[in-house]
Amino acid sequence: MNPVLLSNQKLLPTALAAAVAAVLATTPIMAQAEGKLSIYHWFEYIPQTLLDKFSSEYGVEVTMDTYDSNESLLASLKAGKLGSYDVAVPGDYMVQIMAEGGLLDTVAEGELANAANIEEQWLNVPFDNGRKYSIPYQWGSTSFSVNRDVYQGDISSTDILFDPPAELAGKINMLDSQGEVMVLASLHLGMEQCSQDREKLKELDALLQGAKQHWASFGSDIAKDVLVSGDAAAGMIYNGFSAKAREEGANLEYAYPDEGYVVWMDNVVLLKDAPNRDNAIKFMDFLLEPENIAAVTNFAQYSAGVTGVAEFLDPALASSPEANPPTGPAGSFVAVCDQATQEVYDQLWTRLRK
Amino acid sequence: MAGTIGGRTVSSTYAPVRGWLLLPSWAVIGVFLLLPMLLMLVYSFLTKEFRGGVIWEFSLAAYDQFIFDRGLFGDEAPSIEWTYITIFVRSIVQALLATVLCLLIGFPTAYYVATRPARTRALWLFLITIPYWVNLLIRTVSMKFLIRDNGPFNEALLGLGLIDAPFQLVNTNLAVQLGLFYSYLPFMVLPIYASMERYNASLSEAAADLYATRWQILRRVIIPVIKPGIVAGCILVFVPSLGAFLAPDLLGGAKTFMIGSLIEEQFKGNAGNWPFGAAASMILLSMVLVVLMLYARSQAKEL
Repeated sequence: MNPVLLSNQKLLPTALAAAVAAVLATTPIMAQAEGKLSIYHWFEYIPQTLLDKFSSEYGVEVTMDTYDSNESLLASLKAGKLGSYDVAVPGDYMVQIMAEGGLLDTVAEGELANAANIEEQWLNVPFDNGRKYSIPYQWGSTSFSVNRDVYQGDISSTDILFDPPAELAGKINMLDSQGEVMVLASLHLGMEQCSQDREKLKELDALLQGAKQHWASFGSDIAKDVLVSGDAAAGMIYNGFSAKAREEGANLEYAYPDEGYVVWMDNVVLLKDAPNRDNAIKFMDFLLEPENIAAVTNFAQYSAGVTGVAEFLDPALASSPEANPPTGPAGSFVAVCDQATQEVYDQLWTRLRK
Repeated sequence: MAGTIGGRTVSSTYAPVRGWLLLPSWAVIGVFLLLPMLLMLVYSFLTKEFRGGVIWEFSLAAYDQFIFDRGLFGDEAPSIEWTYITIFVRSIVQALLATVLCLLIGFPTAYYVATRPARTRALWLFLITIPYWVNLLIRTVSMKFLIRDNGPFNEALLGLGLIDAPFQLVNTNLAVQLGLFYSYLPFMVLPIYASMERYNASLSEAAADLYATRWQILRRVIIPVIKPGIVAGCILVFVPSLGAFLAPDLLGGAKTFMIGSLIEEQFKGNAGNWPFGAAASMILLSMVLVVLMLYARSQAKEL
């Protein structure tokens, strides 16, 4: 009944498509009928049953498009999609960038009936202090997983990615996500993020250039499949995504390396010029109900940022190795660098891929 | 070619209608091709906005970035930037190889089909086009399934005892070649077939009567006659191969940028440098136009 449109945004944005999008953006958007909600979301990140539930509870027709990185979300909103979606789900640092770029609408105090359900530790977050623009969706970590059939040795170090053992060399998939690759590489070298220390940056460049020969591919949406199919024997991956790969039959172990790892939180935001603002607020409230957000956690195998979810969770999750980091160093959020610094990191990334 | 057909009287008969008939095509080309290109041209001369977007101030920074290397921190004396040239050369070589491969396989195929009786020809053409009713993305992913280390292709070779270890194809340039070749083969076959179909076989017979060898007939008679089809096929394969990013991404592992993925990265990647993406597109476009113009001129001379 409710057509949920999943489109692969990866196909569209050639230069020309971007241009066409920019041209089409000047066309006035028709006033949308009541009872609609347009979601812009990550791939494979919400169960269809939950969308159906929202649909039938509120009599709202839900449509969804997907993206595969925070950066492509930003790019397509900037290229003219702003005004066609109601909500999106950017990661932590992207909430800050989007808020600073004026792409978000504020949620007034008292507008969300279930705001009190947000866990204390996720209220005053650095990327959205006081939760003016966003509510928690899921949080998790990014490091890497190793196929234990291929390699049985120690995987507690980022050496697995940057100086791998012979069994894994040439069989590693990296996420096509500049921010997260840079954080793991920086942790490997023990340098801080957004560093302006030229010697350190040259070291970082040398590390990436040297490690490249060991990597087979770059890809985010393929990260799970290449590990399941055996195309890759190790790969950078998100913790829940790795758990799903393990469930699909790969003998994978997700590592929480000693050098540290990336933590992230995805957040539901209200987009500026949302065509169905009221329904967007309803949807955000819906996702703050423990039972509903627990359904997302059961599906995606990350963690919710809402109180009272425990009783709705799949019991297997409580003992899932991916969802329970060992005691050790805490993870780091991806930091937002200033323009001059970011440009140096952008260059390192292009040099890596040339 | 068409210029010699139809005298003045014929064209004046249709003159009042002719312009109007072209209007829909011009509208589509104008709105969906010329306008976006113009936009890209303008964008390539603007100042980049941090994290995507443009500031409406004239700037040559995008072209400067393409040509000059000022070091990692942007304060060294400028030298030639090889990064983007490397990416362009790699893509051009790849597209050329795909074109040659398509020609080597496509020409005999078209020849074979065109020399069948009229009834079976339609069937052959149908068989050639059938796979292309399926979306390119799905075909490319399917190919990946076939050639991966534990896929049917390797399983078969291993089973037959022809190889001891899986032959690694996925994430190699060879796989990208294979993907491009497979994606664009009909673009080579169909134009050559179209020329070949009109080829008058008695020309070959006449050449044979004059003691030409089979090779001479092919080289001196057939190829010159169907050359327009061959050239059209080559252009139709080369140009999209040059900007392809599906095959390099999925089959080649996206480890190294191609022109297509480099441009894509500027718009939706972390770099978010729209003017540079636009400039790279313009440079690519100019290169293609120069090739096409050189060809058009050489054709004009021949006539």
